[in-house]
Amino acid sequence: MSGSVVVENLVKVYGDLHAVDDLSFEVGSGEVLGFLGPNGAGKSTTMKIITGFLPPTSGRVTVCGHPVETQPEAAKRCLGYLPEGAPAYSEMTPWQFLNFVADIRRPKDRRGRLDWVIGQLGLEPVLHRPVDTLSKGYRRRVGLAQSMLHDPRVLIMDEPTDGLDPNQKRQVRDFINEMAKDKTIIISTHILEEVEAICTRAIIVSAGKVLVDETPEELRRRSRYCNAVTVQAELTESVRAALGELEDVAVVEPERNQGLTLIPRPGCTLENAVRDVLLRHNLKEVPLHIQAGRLDDVFHTLTHNVHE
Amino acid sequence: MNNLVAILRRELAGYFQTPVAYVFIMIFLLLSGTLSFYLGNFYEREQADLGAFFTFHPWLYLFLVPAISMRLWAEERKTGSIELLMTLPVTVSQAVLGKFLAAWIFTGIALFLTFPIWLTVNYLGDPDNGIILGAYLGSFLMAGGFMAIGACISATTRNQVVAFILSLVTCFLFLLSGFPLVLDFFQLWLPQPVVDAIASLSFLTHFSSINKGVIDLRDLSYFVILISVWLYANMIVVRARKAA
Repeated sequence: MSGSVVVENLVKVYGDLHAVDDLSFEVGSGEVLGFLGPNGAGKSTTMKIITGFLPPTSGRVTVCGHPVETQPEAAKRCLGYLPEGAPAYSEMTPWQFLNFVADIRRPKDRRGRLDWVIGQLGLEPVLHRPVDTLSKGYRRRVGLAQSMLHDPRVLIMDEPTDGLDPNQKRQVRDFINEMAKDKTIIISTHILEEVEAICTRAIIVSAGKVLVDETPEELRRRSRYCNAVTVQAELTESVRAALGELEDVAVVEPERNQGLTLIPRPGCTLENAVRDVLLRHNLKEVPLHIQAGRLDDVFHTLTHNVHE
Repeated sequence: MNNLVAILRRELAGYFQTPVAYVFIMIFLLLSGTLSFYLGNFYEREQADLGAFFTFHPWLYLFLVPAISMRLWAEERKTGSIELLMTLPVTVSQAVLGKFLAAWIFTGIALFLTFPIWLTVNYLGDPDNGIILGAYLGSFLMAGGFMAIGACISATTRNQVVAFILSLVTCFLFLLSGFPLVLDFFQLWLPQPVVDAIASLSFLTHFSSINKGVIDLRDLSYFVILISVWLYANMIVVRARKAA
């Protein structure tokens, strides 16, 4: 059984720039795919090709079984798309704008769907104000409302929380989580905490190529901070030295306020060894923090070399 | 069809949500009125027809139609809303036709609102209303020709000012292509049959015979073909350059 969105050997060339370079992946129902990568990695271009806005140089995209190139209307009907920056017609009000989209999308229960998206995204207060007078947060929500008006099976969102305040970010994430059960969702983002919060899978692209394709947990395990131990206390020189001499410690990093972080050699755990050292120095009460790994560190390590 | 109507309605409503519609209609009525009374000597001619009124339409359209058409696509590309429009399940031809028809209907509304001058001439004398109706039709078709040129050019750029100037120049060439101003330039390096073909593209020649009351199928089909060709070009441009 193939996924709802199938991307095969996608290539997009602008002049001599390979914006997308032989990209392949599949996303199925119930998955939330985080599309990560530095600026210019080809995330937006890939999304524009999946949604049928841009033709690929070569390769194939299938959405809900419809090849985007040969059956663009059928493919577009079953997907919802939030373009980067959530563009809308600035002179229209959200109400007029959503009605225009409904005129074209023709959802089954038109009135019900309109009420639902307006309610879910809290658009009532601004429903009859022109879009260009709205705050960035509201504009983004209008864009989101537009993308899910027809209850699409596939949702593609280019940086859905960009420019929102922390509360709005959280709202949008909760909303995506709620929708995720029976849909295929692809989001692009720069915000790594977002990947942990909503994605079931992450693809990191750089220079148009897939670098990794795995779950956020697996991704985190690649971090050198995975299983690192942070000792949050003021330590004497002798304790520091003893900790630093532990066999499995690769690097010792001082923490900003006090204490230090011990990074293990690959595949090793440090917790017990550290506890032993602390016990020997009568520091039983000192809190230890075992790190799960840092995504930003993984992201940096993976994408850094490509750009050098 | 439904998609086309949805796009058309959105566009048309858009004109009336901004000052564009009111400014355009006011200026159009003001200029068409004053030009026919002062420059066209509407009274002094002492003829019960609207020749003095229609003579100035090509020149009015030359400036006013590009002012409407310039935003058709350039604005969509500038704000990125084209990405939204073209990822809805609509075809390029529906979008191109919907936008064009909305703009054309809008100029039609402005044209319709000149009816007081028709009432005036009927009050003052006994004009041939068939000729007037024909001239209105010709004027409307000519506005469509200008609009189709402007729409296509608007799709080539994201800058409305560039779209305006390029449309104006192109419309000017079409307007005067039967006149020495344009023909002398081509005469130097093109064979005579080609020059003749260019001369036959003139808006003015085709419009002036309609204005005189001669409704020739060739003049009507000229405008229809011209509009079709430019709209077809518009679709090609949108397909090729929508993301550029």
